[in-house]
Amino acid sequence: MRDVAVVGVNMIKFGRYPDKDVIRLASEATIAALKDAGCTIKDIEVLVSGNLYQSNAMVGQRIMKEVGATGIPVINIANACATGSTAFRDAWLSVASGAYDVALAVGSEQMGKMGLLGGGGGGDRAYRTEGVMGTGIMPGVFGQAGVEHMRKYGTTQEQFAKVAVKNHHHSMGNPYAQYQKETPLEDVLNARTVAWPNTLFMCCPTGDGAAAAVLMSADKAKQYTTNPVWVAASVLTSDPYQERNPTMTDINTVTRIAAKEAYATAGIGPEDLSQVELHDCFATAELLHYENLGLCGDGEAGQLIDEGATSIGGRIPVNASGGLLSKGHPLGATGVANIVELVWHLRGQAGDRQVEGSKVGLAHVIGLGSACTINIIKK
Amino acid sequence: MTQESTEEKQTKPLLPFIKIPDNYPEEDAYLWGSKCSDCGSQFLGERLACGKCGGQTFEEVRFSDEGEIYVFSVVHQGVEEPFVGAIVDLKDGPSVRATVSGLDLEKVDERYKDWFGTKVKMYTEKVATDREGNDVIAAKFKVA
Repeated sequence: MRDVAVVGVNMIKFGRYPDKDVIRLASEATIAALKDAGCTIKDIEVLVSGNLYQSNAMVGQRIMKEVGATGIPVINIANACATGSTAFRDAWLSVASGAYDVALAVGSEQMGKMGLLGGGGGGDRAYRTEGVMGTGIMPGVFGQAGVEHMRKYGTTQEQFAKVAVKNHHHSMGNPYAQYQKETPLEDVLNARTVAWPNTLFMCCPTGDGAAAAVLMSADKAKQYTTNPVWVAASVLTSDPYQERNPTMTDINTVTRIAAKEAYATAGIGPEDLSQVELHDCFATAELLHYENLGLCGDGEAGQLIDEGATSIGGRIPVNASGGLLSKGHPLGATGVANIVELVWHLRGQAGDRQVEGSKVGLAHVIGLGSACTINIIKK
Repeated sequence: MTQESTEEKQTKPLLPFIKIPDNYPEEDAYLWGSKCSDCGSQFLGERLACGKCGGQTFEEVRFSDEGEIYVFSVVHQGVEEPFVGAIVDLKDGPSVRATVSGLDLEKVDERYKDWFGTKVKMYTEKVATDREGNDVIAAKFKVA
């Protein structure tokens, strides 16, 4: 595989845009990323578009019609919450393989105020299983995942709640976040329960968003920048057999095998990371992934958050952006947006939330069902 | 001439791995599945191939009505009454998603550790009538 540089990135502030359509949101991010790269749509040789809820509606081609339809190949990707990050990986693969020199990855989503249940609809309601035969909704599944950690290691609800405190605090420095609001521990614990042990502030919001990245081969990148950021590893896995899966969705093994491969490809270990953006769709998930990504040993995640090691200024800052909990989680946009975030940090452009001296960043995304992507970005 | 359906109303399972015996309700419904002849892995319902080893021969298994709670969440979202949504490990069988009654939801904060491993028993219940007028049967669990 060839070296691949990330030359241009940008995103729109995540939020709710009832007066715009998703193509407009995606096009705003695209034009801003092209400008950041110093190139135009005419330089792009392939577009990979990630969008989940309109995955049957040719979002990529519609973006091209908005920003300049040059006739290049367009690939539309859907991979649950890992949709954007899978699009980024496919753009990386397009260049790393030698097939193209310049690729554009765009992630977009318009969820509106659909609430936490999402999707569904149709069918005979008599066959609805939720609440009748257990739970399959996201809050329930991630509640169970956290409770498994409580059972195995004695982790407490308060330790999970501290993730929400930290990430909401980090969001105060991120003007691109959907919510910038401090949530003290007492407020998190006293908020209404969504699915125990997660309360409202421990769940990511739904919303709208878009993010874009321009990737280039090393030779091409030299023509546009003297200071590129490199993709050290781009890994995609699916969940291997586990005894309780799919009855109980397994978000751990899929992450562990991705992490192992990503560290091996990048030739580094977790101790070499400057910072991590990981998939905190629910506060419970973040602590699990500390261990899955090797940021600490098994059973030590509660202690890691207690010590403040994952706060900005700590040993290994996690979700300096505010994470999905505050930044928002417009599904198709998420995986590209956390690449954007890491690139900004590596360039020293992350403003009030800057992780000082950041050299290597890891972006982790889970698509439930399951997919895991890990992208390691370095200076 | 009026067209009147002569089809008899049936009893349908909420999910395919609930077996409604021919002589239901004399014989109660039960959970069933497939055991891989090659590696012994067990799955709910019918399988084309084994998710672990890829084997394609199976033995049909009737699963136990008994099990224990592995993990759970108390789900408040999207429902009028919160419920315990658990993963139940069936005795000598696979795991199943289960709504469990008989636990004091108000006490989850102080008592949750006691819930791990709680023995539960499966029972079946009519939960709905579908568009065709058929009874829909679900498998539910209560603290044993």
